[in-house]
Amino acid sequence: MSSILEYFSGLFKGIKSLLIGMSVTWKELWTKKVTQQYPENRDTLVISDRFRAELTMPHDENNEHACTACGICQMNCPNGTINVLSAMIETEDGKKKKILDTYTWDLGMCTFCNLCVITCPSDAIKFENTFENAVFTRSKLVQQLNHEGSKLRVKPPKSTESVTKSTECVTKEAQIK
Amino acid sequence: MILNYSQPLEFTNLITWLDTALRSSMSEFWVLLIEFVLVAVGLLAAYSVIAMILIYAERKITAFFQARFGPNRVGKYGIWQSVADVIKILLKEIIHINRSDRFLFFAAPFFMIIASMLTFGAIPFGKFLHAVDFNIGVLYVTAVSSLGIIGVLLAGWSSNNKYSMIGAMRSGAQFVSYELSAGFALMTIVVLAGTMQFSEMIEGQRYCWNLFNGHISSMIAFVIYLISGHAETNRGPFDLPEAESELTAGYHTEYSGMQFGFFYLAEYLNMFIIASIATTVFLGGWMPIQIHGLETFNQIMWYIPSYVWFFAKTGVLIFLSLWVRWSFPRLRIDQLLNLEWKYLLPINLVNIVVMVIIVLTGLTLTDLFPGLF
Repeated sequence: MSSILEYFSGLFKGIKSLLIGMSVTWKELWTKKVTQQYPENRDTLVISDRFRAELTMPHDENNEHACTACGICQMNCPNGTINVLSAMIETEDGKKKKILDTYTWDLGMCTFCNLCVITCPSDAIKFENTFENAVFTRSKLVQQLNHEGSKLRVKPPKSTESVTKSTECVTKEAQIK
Repeated sequence: MILNYSQPLEFTNLITWLDTALRSSMSEFWVLLIEFVLVAVGLLAAYSVIAMILIYAERKITAFFQARFGPNRVGKYGIWQSVADVIKILLKEIIHINRSDRFLFFAAPFFMIIASMLTFGAIPFGKFLHAVDFNIGVLYVTAVSSLGIIGVLLAGWSSNNKYSMIGAMRSGAQFVSYELSAGFALMTIVVLAGTMQFSEMIEGQRYCWNLFNGHISSMIAFVIYLISGHAETNRGPFDLPEAESELTAGYHTEYSGMQFGFFYLAEYLNMFIIASIATTVFLGGWMPIQIHGLETFNQIMWYIPSYVWFFAKTGVLIFLSLWVRWSFPRLRIDQLLNLEWKYLLPINLVNIVVMVIIVLTGLTLTDLFPGLF
């Protein structure tokens, strides 16, 4: 007797679960389509800021960058993608100083591991999310990142910087509290 | 007479005009020959056009179920996609494989396509759009549509490929089991309708579809017919003969070009055939919705051509089959046979007895409410 009961309860439970499944797919039929139609949707395309597609060296309006040509990024690059060429110049007060000459980055060899950006002591380089990097020849993949005639940005005097930093810390602590 | 003028979109006038024009100028033999050829060409054309439309609709609806757009590059909304596919498949090379049973290998797709073509010819598409109206139409359709399995088994055997063979054997087991249920479900309705002829069946459903006429029993038969029809066409959750994750493509693994195209075409047309037989037997076929006593309403319904009614009802059933297909996971072979032999078949047998009792004791809707239905 109980087996007959089991047979019928199993049958109706099965039908019920099938109907639930069909109602789920019915709702799915009317959901918004998730397909991204790429070349047409260029204007509205949202690429995550964290997406690493192209290494850049930000320059400000005075055509100044923050790279001191220390070469740490080149040393940390696992593939030898970065090549920092530096030049020695003599400053006005007679000191010898190393400045950046050319900063080349080979897109074709880069694995986008971000180690160069992490290790840069002066935050001179960063990865942008501009992903349309296709070119027709391999030589075009090698890019020079520092602009023509650009200079090292002169840091503001150290004392003011430390003051601002400490005030920042204080305000942050206050916020946390 | 009024009915003739009120149905300008029906093919009735065209067909009778063609027939009288031919008869006035030639002998009986040539008239019949020309008409047979015309019917055959018409059916073949309808066959391929319906297959193309079905492939497009299937891909679109499938995409919508998966929150995609589906084909949308070839023409507006991708409507020329299946035309492009047909051209591609016609141009493809048929690869000859070594150590296969050549004769059977080439014969197999024809078994498939001929079986579905023979069934296709017996479907009433509309008023007077009915190539063969046998007095045993239901029996003929069940008998002829089961020829397709020979093609599947031959394809699996002659390919000399273990995946094809396993796929074909699974398909054979599945088809033989579910053919039984489909047949019994149709027999239930034959008991109700009292005829096996499609045209009489449709005429009998003028005011009340068979689906409602036999209420409980008909509904059960309808659901069982849809399930087993699904299984027969190797689709939906019953597509384990073609389970691509295990068997690459099942019985048609080794086929290419138009030979594969035949299998593909037959699969889609079988889906259409199952839906159209269900329409004819359960949902009143091409008959417009008619209600006793509302003469104006009935007249307005007749303005819509009968083939539109037929394709609309069939389309709803095809959509249902796609809905089921994208809702449920694939069954295992033991679950498949369990479902048939432990559930569908016993329910079906009881259902026939119930239907006989309903008909004999006058519990059908037409008997209970004679003025209403």
